Amino acid sequence: MGLPMMMERSSNNNNVAELSRVAVSDTHGEDSPYFAGWKAYDENPYHESHNPSGVIQMGLAENQVSFDLLETYLEKKNPEGSMWGSKGAPGFRENALFQDYHGLTSFRQAMASFMEQIRGGKARFDPDRIVLTAGATAANELLTFILADPNDALLVPTPYYPGFDRDLRWRTGVKIVPIHCDSSNHFQITPEALESAYQTARDANIRVRGVLITNPSNPLGATVQKKVLEDLLDFSVRKNIHLVSDEIYSGSVFHASEFTSVAEIVENIDDVSVKERVHIVYSLSKDLGLPGFRVGTIYSYNDNVVRTARRMSSFTLVSSQTQHMLASMLSDEEFTEKYIRINRERLRKRYETIVEGLKKTGIECLKGNAGLFCWMNLGFLLDNKTKEGELELWDVILKELKLNISPGSSCHCLEFGWFRVCFANMSEKTLDIALKRIHEFMDRRRRF
Amino acid sequence: MRLIVPLRGVIQGRGGLFVGSLIPCCLFYFLQLYLKRRRPPPPSDPTELTRTSSRSNLFSRGNSIGRVRISSRAVPVAKPTDSAYYIGLERVKTDPYDRITNTDGIIQLGLAESTLCFDLLQKWMSENLMESIMQSNDGEFDISSIVMYKPFEGLLELRVAFADFMSRIMGGNVSFDPSNMVITAGGTPAIEVLAFCLADHGNAFLIPSPYYPGFDRDIKFRTGVELIPVHCRSSDNFTVTVSALEQTYNQARKRGSKVSGILFSNPSNPVGNILSRETLRDILIFAQDKNIHVISDEIFAGSVYGDKEFVSMAEIVGSGEFDKSRVHIIYGLSKDLSIPGFRAGVIYSFHEDVVNAATKLMRFSSVAVPVQRILISLLSDTRFIEEYMTAHRQRIRDKHILFVEGLKQLGIPCAESGGGLYCWVDMSSLLTSYSEKGELELFEKLLSVAKINATPGTACYCIEPGWFRCCFTALADEDIPVIMERIRKLAESSRS
Repeated sequence: MGLPMMMERSSNNNNVAELSRVAVSDTHGEDSPYFAGWKAYDENPYHESHNPSGVIQMGLAENQVSFDLLETYLEKKNPEGSMWGSKGAPGFRENALFQDYHGLTSFRQAMASFMEQIRGGKARFDPDRIVLTAGATAANELLTFILADPNDALLVPTPYYPGFDRDLRWRTGVKIVPIHCDSSNHFQITPEALESAYQTARDANIRVRGVLITNPSNPLGATVQKKVLEDLLDFSVRKNIHLVSDEIYSGSVFHASEFTSVAEIVENIDDVSVKERVHIVYSLSKDLGLPGFRVGTIYSYNDNVVRTARRMSSFTLVSSQTQHMLASMLSDEEFTEKYIRINRERLRKRYETIVEGLKKTGIECLKGNAGLFCWMNLGFLLDNKTKEGELELWDVILKELKLNISPGSSCHCLEFGWFRVCFANMSEKTLDIALKRIHEFMDRRRRF
Repeated sequence: MRLIVPLRGVIQGRGGLFVGSLIPCCLFYFLQLYLKRRRPPPPSDPTELTRTSSRSNLFSRGNSIGRVRISSRAVPVAKPTDSAYYIGLERVKTDPYDRITNTDGIIQLGLAESTLCFDLLQKWMSENLMESIMQSNDGEFDISSIVMYKPFEGLLELRVAFADFMSRIMGGNVSFDPSNMVITAGGTPAIEVLAFCLADHGNAFLIPSPYYPGFDRDIKFRTGVELIPVHCRSSDNFTVTVSALEQTYNQARKRGSKVSGILFSNPSNPVGNILSRETLRDILIFAQDKNIHVISDEIFAGSVYGDKEFVSMAEIVGSGEFDKSRVHIIYGLSKDLSIPGFRAGVIYSFHEDVVNAATKLMRFSSVAVPVQRILISLLSDTRFIEEYMTAHRQRIRDKHILFVEGLKQLGIPCAESGGGLYCWVDMSSLLTSYSEKGELELFEKLLSVAKINATPGTACYCIEPGWFRCCFTALADEDIPVIMERIRKLAESSRS
């Protein structure tokens, strides 16, 4: 090769073997403000009795409002460990050995029926199209590997979940091209915005492979309108690209009738060439409050994608133990019906509490109807309606009010001053305290 | 750039010819470049754009709808497998042997899993499973302990329990630091994550062959890292030599491949060798010399049944003589503890940045929290682990003796082995032709006539034909004579 011999050999201990680009890249995004707030929380976490002046975590979309329902179920239905295997420990042998990426049939059936229930039976799910992954994070990454090559792009409407920058791009090498949305129409996706994003990609010689939406939206906390879904499918067909709908908050819509899944749109379509571009991501982490179980799924209308995803899921399998534990719970329709209903109701109440509480202090939120958070508008408090201005305010809220909320800029929102505020990962009392702190802050500001 | 090649002939010609031909060629070349830049991105599926959608639907009638495509990296994943390893596994599913209900079925010798100590595990589970998940410190069931987000790299208690467990089963001469450890959803993501961290797309790992066929998928599917086999020979009992390493490395360099590391299994798979201290040191010296990483897959470390002692790479670098940061170890519970369904693996690295990167990547492959709780309980039950590991090793040893003896009676020898759940069988005497073709023919005959699935050496990149991996740790003693009889019949019919 022409290299001098001494450069080819490293005979001393000072040479450390290189790491890959993936390993050294900062695409994991953990240096961004979104995660910096988490660090502040870790250092001084709020606790009702031990540390009432600590940082309240309002940046984590976790659902704890219905723990009691889960607890009761687990204790009641589990005296002989029946939940940990339908035959209890004797089912252990199958659990221990089973590592088939097809997943337990009973569990896939249970997932399919649960997903149908959430959609009020308006769409059917075929258990054989369900691919299991260890969480929705893995599902989104896996789909990206399958639908796009390195340097291709997915179009994603803003504002979007900050984790996408990492989940969709880090190992896959795929780019995200934002579809910009703004408050003029409640941040809904318009055909113009879609075309504009597509054109932006083309101008940069980037091949667009699909659109990825979250419905209900994170961070907006609002469902996507049926008309918009139809527009999206139409757009995907015209450009011959994929459509991924991340519906992990579908069970957290306050009024079931307000949610339209892309599955409903596709349900009445026979044309395979239209259907097979649609893929849905789901998980039990938000709706069922089971993030620790690591259960996610890809539901695809495309046989090739199902086959490929299945094989690739070996990198992210759901343990057979977990599948067994949850299969009986998810197929217990009496339990799931009750859980979904009560959970929706409690989330709605929480939402109203926080929105009303904020309104009293003069703060408006986007009209939301789903999810574990609200989209709060503090634009009027900014001296400079810039990213820097927004981050300054965010810092004040973190340091003075000791509230960790997520700045809209970390969600790639081009309108500055919006913040995502989570309300379901705390007790009602804690939410009260958070609102009090905001109240006091606003009072202080008014006095100046 | 390839357009330049035809110009060479012209350039070498006489001056006038040169100028007269070169100018239009250059113009042509630059025109192509200009057009290429102006051309829009290619349509997703150029060959199928003419398909018309004849059925009515709500969307875009009038325009023909192309079939949407998946990424080019996904295409090979969906293809039917051509590896005998997977083909064999699939065939067994169509007609699996059962001692009672399907005595003519295909006997599975292609999957390295053990059921020999299930009785012990089952007992432990029935006594401890519930408690290990449901109970928290004050005895009350606290659901938050199992349902909430926990660090993706694994609970500290689990890493501590794993570190202790690994130290015990690897001879007790080495200790593991929980903060160098990341818990993964099985050995499969462990190896993939390491590949992602240590090599770029297009780089390569050297890997002594024959090697575990699953590595092809684990490493090549998504990382784009190549595997370059370092061929080992029966004359060395398939142990890797420094000269083979050097030769393969140099050949790779000449081809323009960038070698980022060497990956090997110890105990080895499919041969079942335990690597000596000397070999381990040789590998380290080689890696140091080339400044590459060392990945030691020690997933069978606890499944040692021979007289040779297992030594972990961690012990070798513990001496302080070598640069630790290039050494990474993979472990898991699928083989030693017979619980592949639980999905629990380990990446152990002496390189802080690798641990950090792997930790962040665990969001894609983490272990369910309730499962972690079970494992903490299981791995910390040192009395049980002691009992289990002793029985595990003894039972593998006993089964190994029976199996190898049975083959010996048929005149079929096995390579020397001291670990793993399989043996490396020399069936070359049954080959009709001493070649890869002959071996694959024998593989097919074994499957369809003898109804036995054994993994042929070709699937493991073995350069000597006729070797097969036979996993015996899911067999009952009474299955062995059945197997031997079937092989005997096959051998007889092929000799006639």
